[in-house]
Amino acid sequence: MAIEVRIPTILRTHTDGAKTVQGAGATIDELFKDLDSRHPGIRERLIDDGGALRRFVNVYLNDEDVRFLAGLGTELADGDNVTILPAVAGGAR
Amino acid sequence: MRYDSPLAAVGDTPLVRLPRLSPSGDVRIWAKLEDRNPTGSVKDRPALHMIEQAEKAGRLTPGCMILEPTSGNTGISLAMAARLKGYRIVCVMPENTSEERRQLLAMWGAEIISSPAAGGSNTAVRVAKELAAEHPDWVMLYQYGNPDNAGAHYATTGPEILADLPGITHFVAGLGTTGTLMGVGRYLREHVPDVRIVAAEPRYDDLVYGLRNLDEGFVPELYDETVLTTRYSVGSEDAVRRTRELLAEEGIFAGVSTGAVLHAALGVARKAQRAGEQADIVFIVADGGWKYLSTGLYTAPTTEAAVAALHGQLWA
Repeated sequence: MAIEVRIPTILRTHTDGAKTVQGAGATIDELFKDLDSRHPGIRERLIDDGGALRRFVNVYLNDEDVRFLAGLGTELADGDNVTILPAVAGGAR
Repeated sequence: MRYDSPLAAVGDTPLVRLPRLSPSGDVRIWAKLEDRNPTGSVKDRPALHMIEQAEKAGRLTPGCMILEPTSGNTGISLAMAARLKGYRIVCVMPENTSEERRQLLAMWGAEIISSPAAGGSNTAVRVAKELAAEHPDWVMLYQYGNPDNAGAHYATTGPEILADLPGITHFVAGLGTTGTLMGVGRYLREHVPDVRIVAAEPRYDDLVYGLRNLDEGFVPELYDETVLTTRYSVGSEDAVRRTRELLAEEGIFAGVSTGAVLHAALGVARKAQRAGEQADIVFIVADGGWKYLSTGLYTAPTTEAAVAALHGQLWA
């Protein structure tokens, strides 16, 4: 099962500069563990000591924020896209 | 409609159905035209309300200096009100915003302090907070944390929408300060039990996120995720494509952030249609396209060329 994961600039030190990497897992949590096996240290940047998504990290499954799905337990399917982004002050239109 | 002054004419904007972009007769999309406010954006509502509440509380008195981090529209709204009411204003704005925004701010007499492009609005907020600490006599209304920002939408935008469309099922707006979504969202939730509140968050080029440390991110103080049903991240390409579609299909000349919001609204509409549900989906047109003309994205021959034209700019 292949999931495409977009990596923000700040985490590309873990991926040899790659903007996107492939991962696997039935949930976001499994996906992050899978990524960490090949890109050591990346999971720790995303998940805090209590096992929750860090406050200023946003994770999107097919552009939808996983905090409004099932969080780290959100289920993944083959061909899904996952995007990791730092939280920003949107636009202030 | 008749008003006693230009400032009194804020709000009461039209809600129009989009017959061509609505997927069917059962799933209807409606645009709330906030570009029809005095300075041309939705930000006239929170700007005026924040000023009036600060006046009532005695924080703002004649001759005061107002300070605000803004990527444009809020600054423009505040500067216009400041000019009419006799305040001075300093705006902290990221350097990678359009020339039109700078000219509009200058036109109303605002002083502009540019913040570095890297980090976008996050950096503008940080710089403004530093300036506020250095100048305790300046009044920072601070749209990201001022309850009167959301309060303006709770008091006006929300009631206007519900009065025009009592059967509303979904409300979609852009997520910046979160003021529109928090204010309208709370109002609608109190009056329409199953209403869905959907956020469209702009996703920029790497340039904007580049130097962000994950520990120094920014979540506006106003943000309360329990108000939202869900939240979508919309990239520049989808935002530009929908901005051009809105123009070509419905004749609405809107800013780029509106394209991002329309993209989320169309996604929600497709879901409703697939589920066989009836839906009345309202989305916010935050501003017109005037301030983005210099990007060339409206006249570019293709979406790809339009996206390239916008590269590196903050568009929301």
